Amino acid sequence: MENHSLIQRLIARPEFGPLVLLVVEIAVFWSINPDFLSPQNISNTLAFTVELGLIALAMTLLMTSGEFDLSVGSLFGFSPVLMWTLFNGGVTSLEMGFVVALVVAALIGLVNGWFVTQLKIPSFLVTLGMLLVVRGSALFITDGFPQRTWSAEGSWLAEALVGDFFIGPFRIYMSLFWFIAAAIALGYVLTQSRTGNWIQAAGGNPNAARARGVNVNRVKIGLFILSSVMASLAGVISSLRTSAANPNSGTGYELEVIAMVVIGGTALTGGRGTIIGTVLGILILRVMRNGIVLIGVPGLAYNIFIGAIILGMMALHSWLERRHQAGT
Amino acid sequence: MAEPLIRMQNIRKSYGRVQALVDANFHVNEREIVGLLGDNGAGKSTLIKVLSGAVPLTSGDIFIRGKKVNLRSTSDAIANGIETIYQDSALVTQLSIARNLFLGREPIKPPRFLNRMDQEAMNTVARDLLKQVGISKNIPPTTPIGSLSGGERQAVAIARAMHFDSDLIILDEPTNNLGVAETQGVLSFVRNARDSGHSCIFIAHNIHHVFQVVDRIVVMRRGKVVADDIDPKKTSVAEVERIIIGMSDKEIRDAIADGKPAH
Repeated sequence: MENHSLIQRLIARPEFGPLVLLVVEIAVFWSINPDFLSPQNISNTLAFTVELGLIALAMTLLMTSGEFDLSVGSLFGFSPVLMWTLFNGGVTSLEMGFVVALVVAALIGLVNGWFVTQLKIPSFLVTLGMLLVVRGSALFITDGFPQRTWSAEGSWLAEALVGDFFIGPFRIYMSLFWFIAAAIALGYVLTQSRTGNWIQAAGGNPNAARARGVNVNRVKIGLFILSSVMASLAGVISSLRTSAANPNSGTGYELEVIAMVVIGGTALTGGRGTIIGTVLGILILRVMRNGIVLIGVPGLAYNIFIGAIILGMMALHSWLERRHQAGT
Repeated sequence: MAEPLIRMQNIRKSYGRVQALVDANFHVNEREIVGLLGDNGAGKSTLIKVLSGAVPLTSGDIFIRGKKVNLRSTSDAIANGIETIYQDSALVTQLSIARNLFLGREPIKPPRFLNRMDQEAMNTVARDLLKQVGISKNIPPTTPIGSLSGGERQAVAIARAMHFDSDLIILDEPTNNLGVAETQGVLSFVRNARDSGHSCIFIAHNIHHVFQVVDRIVVMRRGKVVADDIDPKKTSVAEVERIIIGMSDKEIRDAIADGKPAH
């Protein structure tokens, strides 16, 4: 009986569906092409996964508070462009350029949060506007051309963010550790800390939260800042790893990141969020992108699979939610 | 005579040219359940909103145990020991019972910089409170509010007000949409709150529910308090209904005979 209820509880968790899907996905790809689980393929998949993953982690908290941020993809492109422009122009050191890029990102997050909380404009419209402003700025600064990035060799910043080493046959980038650290820290904030309770309340019932003295606006502004800074950090990491700072990079990432978060079980309407689910959502989409190419499906068909996964997972979450409300 | 817990004096509230409250006078004594009745538009909701800090008054004074207070927000009212429970709006359905009880005032485990909630302490207190408020079913404090019934949600909101020593608990339509058994449950939660030293204002459309639980009935009409000392044990429901609509027996009979609507 005890075991039975334990299994039932496990199945009722929002992370259960994504976990099953990930396991099935890996098993299918591996059975069709054993190279899927080769050290080289795992290393390559992980390297890019954590960059989008950093944005998805912050987006999980923001979406739990009932908002979302469409400007993350543009910041992913803009921040490295800003950092490299400052460095290449001899204005600052690379490290100072990095700090400036993060500070500018934080200010952009602050503006997003201010518009949403003080002017009461939906985050969809505010961050869509900001997406255009930021992407436009990146293109304007660079005249649309990629920035020179080769001079990062030997920089301690590059070593700390994307330095690589081998563990057995696996090539590991430092960014993986930043991702793991961020996942643990934000998972702790959401589930264990007082701030996490406020984030969930802000998304679930903002009026009730306000009546209890929770400063809902401050919580949301803080999360908009976090979202922008993480997108900026992810952009810089990606630029250092690939030695490229393209003003167009990150286009479309905002929707992919939101898809990762909702597939993981975070509610689009706010109030409920899960970092473990998001980590699974990140892996599901990245494994899918990598796997379908390896098994010979044309890469252009990728979106068909992603769309189907989103629809399927939404149906599953909605069914679980109804069962939960019915108390079964 | 002892100073009442709450005294509202000459309260006026205007929305533009509309006078919602006209020199309303109202009081609640210590350990007393007051039923606030009135037809739609009589001013009950506005009076409660003023007392809970949700809307500012145009003029008049509010005293708590004789001391004048200025309630500019709901947080102000809560800080002054006045807790308002609106149906379905006071709780976060996605959070557990314990997390709702302590929302905004979560206990922190040392070291404080980790900002970690003391969830064991929250669950222990929540379990005791649910017993104290009179929930007979064994509901774990980790249960999300979303899976509780309407009556159980009211119980959680009342338990929260009791735990944080609210002197006055305002219940706005707490028995709306509840079944018979659930309604009786909520009425007993309200009595338990009074018995453990809290005062309550009870607003309900169902006058019979009010009669079952209150110590005193106050009736409002057109923004004024027209009767504030009705003893439910000595007055009939029909009499109170007449006071609510502001007509004598003869006026009601005449209106029915003429085919005119009663007011």
